[in-house]
Amino acid sequence: MTGTPPSEQAAPPHVVLTGVSKHYGGVTALDNVDFSCDLGSIHAVLGENGAGKSTLIKIMAGVVQPDEGSMTLAGKPQAFRHPAAANAAGIVCIFQELSLVPDLSVADNICIADPPRRFGLIDSRAQRRHAEEMLARIGCEDVNPLTRVRDLALSRRQMVEIAKAISKDPTVLILDEATSALTAADVDRVFEILRRLRDSGISILTISHRMHEIDAVADTCSVFRNGRHIETFKQGGRSEKEIVQMMIGREISAHFPPKPPPKVGEPLLEVRSLGWENRLKEIDLLIGRGEIVGLGGLDGQGQKELLIGLFGVLKGMRGEVRVDGKSVSLTSPNAAKKAGIDMALIPEDRKTEGLMLPMSIADNLTIASLEQFSRGPLVDPAALDKAVEDGIDRMQIKIGSSGDAVSTLSGGNQQKVVIAKWLMTEPRIILLNDPTRGIDVGTKQEIYLLLRALAEEGAGILFYSTDYEELIGCCDRVAVMYDGRVVSELEGEAITEENIISSALNLAEAAQ
Amino acid sequence: MKGRGTMGDLGIRLTHNAGLLTAISVFIVFYVFYNMNHPRGFSTAVLIQNSNEVYTLAMVAMAQTVPVLLGGLDLSVGAIMTLVNCLASHLLNGSPLQMFFGIVVCMAAGAACGFLNGCVVVFGRIQPIIATLATGAIFVGLALFLRPTPGGNVDGDLSWAATNDLFEIAATYGFADDGEAAWFKPIAWIPVPLLLLVFVALFVWIPFARSVTGRTVYAIGSGEGAAYMSGLNIERAKIAAFTLGGFFAGLGGLYLALQTSSGNADIPQAGAYTLNSIAAVVIGGTSLLGGVGSAIGSIFGALVLRTISFNFRIFEIDPLMQPLFEGVVLLVAVSLGALRVLRVKNTLELFR
Repeated sequence: MTGTPPSEQAAPPHVVLTGVSKHYGGVTALDNVDFSCDLGSIHAVLGENGAGKSTLIKIMAGVVQPDEGSMTLAGKPQAFRHPAAANAAGIVCIFQELSLVPDLSVADNICIADPPRRFGLIDSRAQRRHAEEMLARIGCEDVNPLTRVRDLALSRRQMVEIAKAISKDPTVLILDEATSALTAADVDRVFEILRRLRDSGISILTISHRMHEIDAVADTCSVFRNGRHIETFKQGGRSEKEIVQMMIGREISAHFPPKPPPKVGEPLLEVRSLGWENRLKEIDLLIGRGEIVGLGGLDGQGQKELLIGLFGVLKGMRGEVRVDGKSVSLTSPNAAKKAGIDMALIPEDRKTEGLMLPMSIADNLTIASLEQFSRGPLVDPAALDKAVEDGIDRMQIKIGSSGDAVSTLSGGNQQKVVIAKWLMTEPRIILLNDPTRGIDVGTKQEIYLLLRALAEEGAGILFYSTDYEELIGCCDRVAVMYDGRVVSELEGEAITEENIISSALNLAEAAQ
Repeated sequence: MKGRGTMGDLGIRLTHNAGLLTAISVFIVFYVFYNMNHPRGFSTAVLIQNSNEVYTLAMVAMAQTVPVLLGGLDLSVGAIMTLVNCLASHLLNGSPLQMFFGIVVCMAAGAACGFLNGCVVVFGRIQPIIATLATGAIFVGLALFLRPTPGGNVDGDLSWAATNDLFEIAATYGFADDGEAAWFKPIAWIPVPLLLLVFVALFVWIPFARSVTGRTVYAIGSGEGAAYMSGLNIERAKIAAFTLGGFFAGLGGLYLALQTSSGNADIPQAGAYTLNSIAAVVIGGTSLLGGVGSAIGSIFGALVLRTISFNFRIFEIDPLMQPLFEGVVLLVAVSLGALRVLRVKNTLELFR
């Protein structure tokens, strides 16, 4: 059974999901999905951000439980309450993160779930032999099993993940973006392993955003959109254009303020061949006064690193950043905030990076701009109270009293507090890291209006969103990132969902 | 040729144990220096005395190591030591069978205290530092109840035998021709507490560290999310870690009773042991963030701390200087451990 998938005959599928739904609060992640995959086949799952791919594999791997629907494995009904239960049944998942223990050795990690034992104690020699064998199976003899995972390069860690997964002898192996951190040579090696595993009869399910990789390795593809399973087809059964058409087509649910006619503003923030580690590569970007520039692309292509890098969080950045034409050095958020740069970052996770949850609304609002309300070393309480009131009015934050803990507010109002906090510093450059995630539609629209108003007052805005609709509705230009680079910049009429997704999948490169 | 990266096995092992090796080297330097300047240096008598002074702290430091590997702190180790000390001062007398029973009860009591800590942390979902602050107060309270004033009754022979060298055990209990047998001579000089220490390290700590539960403790301290996602039993490992910690602390208390022939619910002493145990753990190369280190390192951390005070004793330096010097050693140890921070490229990770 080499090369061709053996299950073209009527062999029943190995894993079958029937009518599976999953809701997170008001958000539907999966909506009545039927899905199946076969033994001896590599099955690729495609879809844009939030299409439900991750939820699908989390359900199969026992990380989350479906609200409705059922699953069978080799014909037997299964409901996994815990990842260990799924592992025991032969379903092993390689997640993007959170699976290797950094301070344990490679051998410890590979054997972590069920190490070889002698007299009840871990037999480190047998464990090492086993680890060497597993590493050899995937062509990674150059990794010493004694090395701590912490000391390995990212691409090597990913190989160790695979070795760990196959040491559990799975019948279903799920890879969630397992190749996203790998170099091209490593990717080829991984594919060789996947083909070998497939030929030995394992069912492989892979989520990848790299179209050419899917072309290279998948036997079957399924497309998801908005939590629904759209279509499953044999590799080669659909053109790339058709696949993109399947992925797009969401209903527009929000209203956006009208965009002004395109104008050439004075350059405010210029980024020249910016790089960091291997996560950001040769990024050139220009943000003019009064401009909203969107940052698009699939999750994890370097957008977050670019934002926090501009805000001074990353050490060892290459390239140049200019503000008002003058070269600046961004060494810390404190430096980025200071006069002359006047930058603000609305961070990704408002609960840990945006707010101090137990502190009051007033304290949170003023914490970034306390210097403005100070006389000498002391804070002027009257000026502070006034500023708090202004901030609450401006953002129309719904509160009981400004002395309440900020944790008592709803998600949308919490996000308003974060934004109001930064507006108090009177920023000229505003970076936003997916600011509308998990907040209600009403608040989203207020944020869109606010961004446009700020731009009209002359601010330059860099707006990363995982929601394409927002990029299309809000932004004057959209820079799409892929693998740490800006692969295309779309402007005006060219900002369409189709163009954004094509760029996000880097189809231009795939076609070469 | 089979590529093995830039480092051989030996190199990797050395790097992994840098903290432990540093602690051992510092100890050897301090201890040799001490013996060279001691009028009766390098003698059995000095070794016996030193071993006696080290044993209890070494046990409490081992006790502290296990919760620290989880990424927590146990503020009750000194209190458990004190409670078992008071319990032992009631139980270590009478017939040999009664004494044996007493020893077993004392060891079980320490483990039970640790088990309680583990249950509070796991099922109450309370941070270890605050959970053990509370339980520690309870343990000291129980100790005061058992021993309102210092005192007690510990079997003289047992006490003598346990705190001297092997020769005295043989002489006290009359085997190996009262310790005069030719085959016994080469080992007769070994101090009992030193032997107990090695015994506990080899037959309790090392098997634990090599068990799945022990491995899970390291995994939790290094990355609890990854440990959970690897399908490990997190709750069992946490309870086991605190129970083992309590057991070690109890061994310390038991020995203190033998050494002092009494029990003493001394609250400042309990606190001092707890703080010194944290210092010993850090000097021994265990990371307070969890996941890296070992109880063997903590034994050497305790040895370093005690050797500092030995040196102060013979040089008749103002004892008031001692905390200052110990503080400097601790600060250097912590700073060495913090060097890794310099490699972090995403400064946000420093705050996680």
